[in-house]
Amino acid sequence: MIDRLFGDLTRAGLAALAAFVLLLLVLPGFATGYILSVTTIILYLAFVGQAWNLMLGFAGLLSIGHALFMGIGAYASAYLFARHGLPPIVGLIVGGGLAVAVGAAISALAFRFAIGGVYFALLTIAFAEFTRIMVDHARFLGGTEGLFLPVSAESRQGFDLFHLRGRPEMFYYVIMLLCLGAHALCRWLLTSRAGYYWRAVRDNPQAAEALGVNIFRYRMYAVMVSSGMAATAGVFYAFFYNNLFPEQIFSVERSIEMTLAPIVGGVGTLFGPIFGAFVLTPLGEVLTWAIEWLQHEEIIGKQVKVDGVKLLFWGIAVAAIVLLQPRGLWPWACKRLGLIRAPEDREEGR
Amino acid sequence: MDTVTLLNVLVAGLLTGCVYGLSALGLSVIFGVIRIVNFAHGEILVVGMFMALVLFRWIGLDPLLSIPVVAAVLFAFGYLLQASVIQRVAHLPEHMQFLLLAAIAIAMVSGCLIVFGPDAQNVQLDYALDSFAVGGLIIDKTRAYAAVAAVALAAALLAFFRFSGTGRAIRACADNYLGAQVVGLNVSRLYAFTFGIGSACIGAAGCIILLLVDVHPYLAPGYTLLAFVVVIIGGMGSLFGALLGGILIGVAEALAAEMIQPSLKSAFSFALLILVLLFRPQGLLGKAGR
Amino acid sequence: MERLSSRTSRRSVLAGGAAAIATSIAPFSIGRAQASKLKVGVLLPRSGPQAQIGIDCQRGADVAINVLKAKGFPELEFVLGDTETNPQIARAQAEKLIDQGIHVLTGCFDSGQTLAAAQVCEQKGIPLVVNIAAVPSLTDQGYKTVFRNFPTGPMIATDAFQLQKELYTAAGKAPKTVVMIHANDTFGASQADAAFGLLPKMDMPYTFVERISYDPTARDLSAEIRKGKGTNADAVWFISRLNDAMALCREMVKQRWEPMGILSSGPGWYEGQFLQNLGKHGDDVVSFIPWYDPNKAMSKAMTAEFTKQFPNLQLNTNHAHTFEALLIASDAYKRAGATDPAKLIEALQKTDIKDNVTVGPGVKFNEKGQNTATRCSAIQNRGGKTPTIFPAAAAEVKPTWPMRGWDKRA
Repeated sequence: MIDRLFGDLTRAGLAALAAFVLLLLVLPGFATGYILSVTTIILYLAFVGQAWNLMLGFAGLLSIGHALFMGIGAYASAYLFARHGLPPIVGLIVGGGLAVAVGAAISALAFRFAIGGVYFALLTIAFAEFTRIMVDHARFLGGTEGLFLPVSAESRQGFDLFHLRGRPEMFYYVIMLLCLGAHALCRWLLTSRAGYYWRAVRDNPQAAEALGVNIFRYRMYAVMVSSGMAATAGVFYAFFYNNLFPEQIFSVERSIEMTLAPIVGGVGTLFGPIFGAFVLTPLGEVLTWAIEWLQHEEIIGKQVKVDGVKLLFWGIAVAAIVLLQPRGLWPWACKRLGLIRAPEDREEGR
Repeated sequence: MDTVTLLNVLVAGLLTGCVYGLSALGLSVIFGVIRIVNFAHGEILVVGMFMALVLFRWIGLDPLLSIPVVAAVLFAFGYLLQASVIQRVAHLPEHMQFLLLAAIAIAMVSGCLIVFGPDAQNVQLDYALDSFAVGGLIIDKTRAYAAVAAVALAAALLAFFRFSGTGRAIRACADNYLGAQVVGLNVSRLYAFTFGIGSACIGAAGCIILLLVDVHPYLAPGYTLLAFVVVIIGGMGSLFGALLGGILIGVAEALAAEMIQPSLKSAFSFALLILVLLFRPQGLLGKAGR
Repeated sequence: MERLSSRTSRRSVLAGGAAAIATSIAPFSIGRAQASKLKVGVLLPRSGPQAQIGIDCQRGADVAINVLKAKGFPELEFVLGDTETNPQIARAQAEKLIDQGIHVLTGCFDSGQTLAAAQVCEQKGIPLVVNIAAVPSLTDQGYKTVFRNFPTGPMIATDAFQLQKELYTAAGKAPKTVVMIHANDTFGASQADAAFGLLPKMDMPYTFVERISYDPTARDLSAEIRKGKGTNADAVWFISRLNDAMALCREMVKQRWEPMGILSSGPGWYEGQFLQNLGKHGDDVVSFIPWYDPNKAMSKAMTAEFTKQFPNLQLNTNHAHTFEALLIASDAYKRAGATDPAKLIEALQKTDIKDNVTVGPGVKFNEKGQNTATRCSAIQNRGGKTPTIFPAAAAEVKPTWPMRGWDKRA
């Protein structure tokens, strides 16, 4: 089992993975509140990134509306908790089920009508935007006025996993476990029959079909697993932030945010989304810091409109990655550092 | 709803729709030939609007008169962008192209933010607030101008692709990439030329839209999304399809706003988009068999 | 080879972590810390779609630092944070500011971002003095560290009704019907709900004929105005933001809609940019909003300093409420005599400021941390200025009502 899941890693790779997990485990012991908060965001992005990567990287389906599934999970669990006092596990089952059903419905419609590529991506945006406007008008979900989860002073200091009420450390460990769990799930899926079929469908749909793979069904499976994972992330988001507004949850920016880490890390790789998230967010922080420093040293004036500088560099950095390392940073890093066994070269950085 | 109101709603929807179509023409041109979905569309539009704004502030040039200047500059920009950057990702999967253009888009918005700041800015012209009144019917003057310009621009583009040598060569590339190469056309130059034409077209649209809308950097993503909706409904690559898509959305939104609630109006354009994607994915005027 | 691989694997492990940790060492504050200064985190949307407002709020803070010093308050030191108009970032930035040793946080203009920051403050026991945020739930969630000197949506609606009564009595002319046109966002929807709920209790001379809500991101607002005009209401009441306010006003001119008056109970219709872009067409609009009382002594000092620093700008709510938030923090520090957050919170609970800038008897917080005595003003646009017309105590000029027709303006 272990060999099947991690057999592709070299000894250095295994050591790196173990050290990474160990670092994550002990981080709350010495990290400041800010580092913990940022790492929680990174892990959240790594988790949704893996969900999204499952669809594009494994099955070749581009979604730019993944906020839809995440939002369904968030709103369903928040609604059940805030209005009916039901614990997040119920929200996860209901919200996850709903998201999977919606994912299945969208993909069933799309694949029935043979919609692929960019058109499929735009269909996902359209559904996400449509849902945003509907939730804007759904009074029972608070509409644009927002849906708020009750938080008490005691619960904020506690460690109540069942109700997901507690200290930031608890949320950190929850998202860390989710993230590592997602990684294990993806490894397992990729080495399962579905994983081989997905890649066959992704790389050459006609050939896969000729070999008897039911393209329709396996694509739909990918969407369903991915949307279920995104909904799980949504449940976490709802209980972590406690305030939901449709224009934030379902926005196109939120969907695009989910795609960045896997694309930078490496689409179709297993560790890429996690790696990407751990590169991108600190990059943003370093940029902010650099700009503050430049202002502080009066190299650029304080009144210069610098709030765009960070995003500008950010855009250029991403463009550079696409142009110079189109397969993502993770395969490149793996090759450089020898983390993955040589025979896997054809699929380096899995 | 009485007849006068209905007429007002329909005319306004039609004019707004033409402006929507105008804003999307450039996207259609670029996709129709290069098959690249330009995720930086709204950003190029906003840059065009800012250029027209600057020309107005500096030398008092009416945005309608600044069209040639803005179009020329953006033609050069589009040409260089395609020739130097986008060309290099043509062989990559669609999502990488999406990411590259999204990154370029972010860089452009930020550039505008650094240079112009986040405030909404506009040109103040004496005719900007005028309207024609015919009985109970009120027609917004600038929107009417914009609608005429939209149709004129679409016609000019169509004439270019039909009758000019370069235009025909570009169409040949679009129809048969390999064939075009075989007969010795310089495809990559023609692609760059097309991206230039598309960008110029977006710039012209920006000049006209500046008469109607205050420009600020964050306007851009909304226009990108709008252009997608318009172009998919009308048919990717079809110029009059873009106008038709715009008009359909304009009228549908105007009717929905009047009869139901304005805050729900864009839900109708997205519903329309979903229906078209499901039942006629090539768009109303698009060619079948992608 | 062995050495190489062990080194590189360590490097790979650290690749992610190192950058994250680097930032923990990195944060530095602007200016040099001194024991006597109160470190105030000023968390605002300085980039992203709300950047213009966040930058505007900062001007109020810049004015406060000089005025408060001159008035004998203890010195303030700012540590600036940027929410990037995103609640997620707001939360992380609040953590960052607290890690940097701030004693009190102020911000964040937007309700969603303020709610996110409030959670962190509550967790860490750092007081949050809200400058602007109207969502009622902010002070209804039982937070002990949140202090808000800004009216909630329902409070603004109540004041808008009362000030309207004064206006109609003074002008001798009242509308019989009013159409409400509001942005369907957190601020617009909650206040519109409150207004419709309150109307029967307020004994107003009019009824609402229609409630028109629009998507604040909509590019084209002609349909909204057409629908509003179609109701033939005597007056129109807007709750909007800046960009949509400009578009709505322009559409009204184009569609030749001339009601008895334009009422507004949100941002936008009085802001400098609106006045500049709309010119004479922006005149006569009456806004009911949290505002400064120009006749108070502290306001005069604030106005003088503001005019000195920003001669080309109009003083507005963003400045006044950010100013006052810092006044409140500074006052609490003066009384507490220590920067210890727990002592500051205790002092904030006992706040009783009479010499303030905003309208109303002064600053006092109830057990939820809300200043329930803070009032709104009615201001009217007049030739690029926004003088107060009501309440009478704060009034600078007599109202113009009904508004002049679009073509009857010089």
